[in-house]
Amino acid sequence: MKKTNLDEINRNIYDIKNKDEYDFKIKKGLTPEIIEEISKQKNDPEWMKEFRLKALDVYNKLELPTWGPDISELNMDEIATYVRPKTGLSNSWEDVPEDIKNTFDKLGIPEAEKTSLAGVGAQYDSEVVYHSMKEDLIKQGVIYTDMETAVREYPELVKEHFMKCVPVHDHKFVALHGAVWSGGSFVYVPKGIKVDIPLQSYFRLNSPESGQFEHTLIIVDEGASLHFIEGCSAPKYNKVNLHAGCVELYVKDNAYLRYSTIENWSKNMLNLNTKKAIVGKNAKMDWVSGSFGSKISMLYPMSILNGEGAKTEYTGISFAGGGQNLDNGFKVVHNAKNTSSVVNAKSISKNGGKCTYRSLVRINENAKNSKSSVSCESLMLDDISISDTIPTNDIRTDEVEFSHEAKIGKISDKTIFYLMSRGLSEEDAKAMIVRGFANPIAKELPVEYAVEMNNLINLELEGAIG
Amino acid sequence: MSNNLLEIKNLHVNAEEKEILKGINLNINNGEIHVIMGPNGSGKTTTANAILNNPAYTKTNGNIIFNGEDISNLKTDEIARKGVFMSFQLPEEIPGVSVTNFLKYAKNKITGEPVKIFQFKDELKKYMEELNMNPKNMERSLNVGFSGGEKKKNEILQMLVLNPKLAILDETDSGLDVDAIKIVSKGIEMFKNENNAVLIITHNTKILHSLKVDYVHVLVNGKIVKTGTQELAKEIEENGYAQYK
Repeated sequence: MKKTNLDEINRNIYDIKNKDEYDFKIKKGLTPEIIEEISKQKNDPEWMKEFRLKALDVYNKLELPTWGPDISELNMDEIATYVRPKTGLSNSWEDVPEDIKNTFDKLGIPEAEKTSLAGVGAQYDSEVVYHSMKEDLIKQGVIYTDMETAVREYPELVKEHFMKCVPVHDHKFVALHGAVWSGGSFVYVPKGIKVDIPLQSYFRLNSPESGQFEHTLIIVDEGASLHFIEGCSAPKYNKVNLHAGCVELYVKDNAYLRYSTIENWSKNMLNLNTKKAIVGKNAKMDWVSGSFGSKISMLYPMSILNGEGAKTEYTGISFAGGGQNLDNGFKVVHNAKNTSSVVNAKSISKNGGKCTYRSLVRINENAKNSKSSVSCESLMLDDISISDTIPTNDIRTDEVEFSHEAKIGKISDKTIFYLMSRGLSEEDAKAMIVRGFANPIAKELPVEYAVEMNNLINLELEGAIG
Repeated sequence: MSNNLLEIKNLHVNAEEKEILKGINLNINNGEIHVIMGPNGSGKTTTANAILNNPAYTKTNGNIIFNGEDISNLKTDEIARKGVFMSFQLPEEIPGVSVTNFLKYAKNKITGEPVKIFQFKDELKKYMEELNMNPKNMERSLNVGFSGGEKKKNEILQMLVLNPKLAILDETDSGLDVDAIKIVSKGIEMFKNENNAVLIITHNTKILHSLKVDYVHVLVNGKIVKTGTQELAKEIEENGYAQYK
């Protein structure tokens, strides 16, 4: 039987460190000069350079959040905010340098592209190195490209939407993102077009003491539909890495968007990511989220239900091991009549790990006849792990249906004994209980991601008992 | 090799520092059905748990020999893999794990061999028909939302699938109506052959109306006070346990 300490867990494929080779790495720290240098390196149009500098101003004025996990160890003077890999953007894997291609090969990206995806984007450190989409979608007018290309080629669409859904004043790390953003994906699905097969972007951070600040902007126009998958990982280093991405989603009237994420950052990562969706009339926004990695995570995807009859659903799971503090949750604002939200959040903590479900449900006075149901369940695998639920419910009209249910539990000795009496070892028994607990979430994920999640759970549990 | 399957010698067991079993002796041979009867609190469930070495119970003296091997200090899963099965009075619920997947996994652990899925599902379906179980239960989460009767039948189903050498049925008949008890009896008869044995633990005698047993032991206050045949059960049905206290 393989038994290891948590620190020694072989995260195999995720921990492959390529040599820190780059074409350009910006000086550590944050000054207007550094921002201007990033802007120059990226060939920004003038308006984007101005935008960055303004965002830096906002960043300097805003305070760190006074709630949630302690992130005082983050010292921006130690973080390189822009690392350009030694390659350009290509649409053929053949042209991607060997070590970078190998990394994505091992993560299964090119293989998945062949079998189950309509398009793929792959980012390495600060830049997208690969982007491609099936021919028929291009013909239908679907745009799927890296964010830089979008800024150049679709300036009107980008200007209209870029950091309008998530304004730079939202919080300090959004402002930081606005100043140093690089990479990410841009998707536009024209009116009425249904993209049946998912698009996927994968974000890989290889460089130590650096940050990844990709910007994802998706517009699903009226009556269109899309499933977008986002994956992320990084090898482990001894010093802090930072991820402060930003995801802006526009789901126009009668449209549908499903946004799935499996996040498996290494355990030296501070994941301070911001995701928000604006949902139009009779449109639907579904979030599916698996959060496994990172040292500290503060991640609260948000749906703003602006159109009458808009709907949203959030299905998420967090898994915190020793030394991890995952502060995750979901926010929803009901801002029109007949809107509805459904939340199903789960968390697992072990070896002293901490999971917090922090949420907001706000139902505005104009959102009459709306419904919201929230369920969160936590499972703690031992006595030293921590689980907490911090819901905020701000309901400003009486004409709503609202329910909130929270359950915090431990694996009971009786259940372990029951399973062991059927021939399962203690490890097998715990793993079975955890997999069962996570199963309703796994079912929502694309198959290969469900498999990956199961592997991650097994990987995490190897070190849990002994 | 002798025909002896289980031998319990002078077994003393504590639960939460209190002595529950005070020197139990029991011999079960292949091909036999035994019943341990006794009033509430006499130590019946403790006996079953002690055989499977539930860590919540502590053996302070005595041995349990199974198939010629001392299993007193083996872990529960090792004992299960040697061929001991226990049907629980209150089976645990496992959300997110279907009956089929659970049993397939357990069968693989018990036999150490890969399970052939189609053959396995056919077998499962057949047993479920015999036990008058809803075939849809196969895909439901194990015991979650099952009625009391469904849970008990599910335990019998597990016994049939895992096919142990010794099946211990702890209060499997309690809380069941006459028809359900008949189905449980039928399950036991399907399971039973010359090369295995059954130990039924119960506080009432209902199941003995539909099942023929070889030995009846009366357990009172942590000791077996009398051993007899099916006749003994009838006597207890009429007179209760008062005379043994």
